Amino acid sequence: MQTVMSETSSQNAIDVQNAVKRFGDFTALKQICLAIADNEFFTLLGPSGCGKTTLLRIIAGFDEVTEGSVRLYGEDLGALPPNRRPVNTVFQSYALFPHMSVLHNVSFGLEMLGKSPAEARERAGRMLELVQLSQFADRRPGQLSGGQQQRVALARALAPQPKLLLLDEPLSALDLKLRKAMRIELKHLQRETGITFVFVTHDQEEALTMSDRIAVMSEGELQQVGASREIYERPCNRFVANFIGDTNLLEVTVDRIEGARAACHLGGGHALICEAVEGVRDGARVHLSVRPERLFATAEPTGPEALAARVVENVFTGTDITSIVELAQGPRLTLRSSNSERGNRRIFEQGATCFVNMEAGAGRLLVD
Amino acid sequence: MAGRTNLRTIPGFRALTLLCLFVLYAPLIVVTVYSFNASASITNWEGLSLRWYWDVFTGPDSGKFKTAAANSFLIAVSAATISTTIATLAATGMIRTGRFRARTLSFGLISLPLMVPEIVTAVATLIFFNAIALERGLLSILIAHVVFCIPFAYLPISARMQGIGPAYEEAALDLYATKRQTFTRILLPLMAPGIVSGYLLAFIVSLDDFIITNFVKGAGVETLPTAIFGAVKRGIQPNIMAISTLLLGLSILLVTLSWLVSRSDTTK
Ligand SMILES: Nc1ncnc2c1ncn2[C@@H]1O[C@H](COP(=O)(O)OP(=O)(O)OP(=O)(O)O)[C@@H](O)[C@H]1O
Ligand SMILES: [Mg+2]
Repeated sequence: MQTVMSETSSQNAIDVQNAVKRFGDFTALKQICLAIADNEFFTLLGPSGCGKTTLLRIIAGFDEVTEGSVRLYGEDLGALPPNRRPVNTVFQSYALFPHMSVLHNVSFGLEMLGKSPAEARERAGRMLELVQLSQFADRRPGQLSGGQQQRVALARALAPQPKLLLLDEPLSALDLKLRKAMRIELKHLQRETGITFVFVTHDQEEALTMSDRIAVMSEGELQQVGASREIYERPCNRFVANFIGDTNLLEVTVDRIEGARAACHLGGGHALICEAVEGVRDGARVHLSVRPERLFATAEPTGPEALAARVVENVFTGTDITSIVELAQGPRLTLRSSNSERGNRRIFEQGATCFVNMEAGAGRLLVD
Repeated sequence: MAGRTNLRTIPGFRALTLLCLFVLYAPLIVVTVYSFNASASITNWEGLSLRWYWDVFTGPDSGKFKTAAANSFLIAVSAATISTTIATLAATGMIRTGRFRARTLSFGLISLPLMVPEIVTAVATLIFFNAIALERGLLSILIAHVVFCIPFAYLPISARMQGIGPAYEEAALDLYATKRQTFTRILLPLMAPGIVSGYLLAFIVSLDDFIITNFVKGAGVETLPTAIFGAVKRGIQPNIMAISTLLLGLSILLVTLSWLVSRSDTTK
């Protein structure tokens, strides 16, 4: 048992155990336990102020945990200073050295590692090529746009080939198009280099598109850790369901548990069958999360579970059409269908009556 | 702004402003203009000439002035160098070692000499030097100058340092630089404008100082200000105006330089 434990922990890039961080009497991290595997693209996702940067700073060595421990490849980091950790950071504020050229910024880490200036410059030049900034090598960081500065920061952190790269919201200053391109680029880069990425963002779409696994954080606590799909489709609580993507959160009462299925009813008495989850008993009042794209409207009921509703509004968003419908004496629901011939057949005029159907297994009961 | 009164509408504002400017600058202008006077009289204008500047460098008093000027520059350079070094280290310590309890107190202690009347410092320094039996001469002047130059050097350096923020140092540490490399390769270059500005201020303050120097200098050791004072006591000669104008010019030059340097900001 003992050996198995140490075996698994040495394969992890990062092992955070019961980490607590307090600033005075404010607790920024509350008992965080987290394991990040080698070669993983791991994302910390959460709203502003939830402690993402704090956790990164602890891994990088700028702050120490108040309680608990952080291990890097099985080795306790303790009070190892940041310059002795095989970890590089892309800072939220870039922190490019304003008095050095772009090239010198990128070669700095290599020089500090003892590489000869020529070798450092050569490698830095290749890193700049990688982020497509070769023509700006001799400029000062202040003469670059925000997006270019971010790419310099990325090149600078990648140049010394760290085992672990920490990225603190590195794409936040880019426009949507460039951000989307950089997402693919980053993911590609991570696969190619095999460096473990710990990526911080408060953008759920960014997290879903790039990550192998996501940790959702809120107020210094981990809410859920899992693969992108799992987090999206099987959120474990209301916070996660709400934070990741759009969802319909409905209050339901559980009538009966029948094996793996739970028979419930909504506010207006509308009956529903969904997957049972642990911790839900007969008669419990809990929440049900249903993604808008898993609901569809039809003119006639498709089965006994179809819910009669009236269309309140249709909103055209380009790729999709969102319909807001109201159940008879019940809550409002949001439905989404793609803007395609097939999808448009499921759109009904405002004020029309229709039936709302839920795809099998789409409803997720949330205990809290 | 409705609530704010326009200063210019206050009766007598313009007259008062002009009076203040006149009192401040008229003497300087008179001295500068009359330093170019061809006459040996300090009140009668007899035409433009560089005669008295010539006299400063070659006249009967020139030897005295040259020695005094050499002393002044030697002391100013040394005092500025030492005090700027101390101020740089102090600023690094005060701003980078996080909050410590005596921080406000330390800052107060460093800036206090700016508020103590100079004559008090002069007397106290003299008494102190007597007490420790320090022989009076160039060394005693230098020590006294280093002490009162520190706050002048400290203020622009710490102002600059406060604007830098810890992120650059963290980035350097993250990129495997040691604490020492972080200081020399990142912090010092970023602080340079503040350091140069502090150095120039310290230099000019040392060069111009009269009261403290006059107290702690030994007999026979003169700096430029004490030499000028000595000469004036024997009656104002036009060559004093020339030498004063030269000093004024140098001061303006250095202060302007200091201001320009502190304004140039590489982080923007
Ligand atoms: N040095 C500090 N002293 C006191 N409180 C701090 C300190 N650093 C962070 N905090 C607090 O800890 C909490 C978490 O901060 P953190 O910077 O980790 O947030 P974040 O998740 O990175 O947010 P953002 O998305 O806005 O960057 C915040 O409430 C913040 O005010
Ligand atoms: Mg942050």
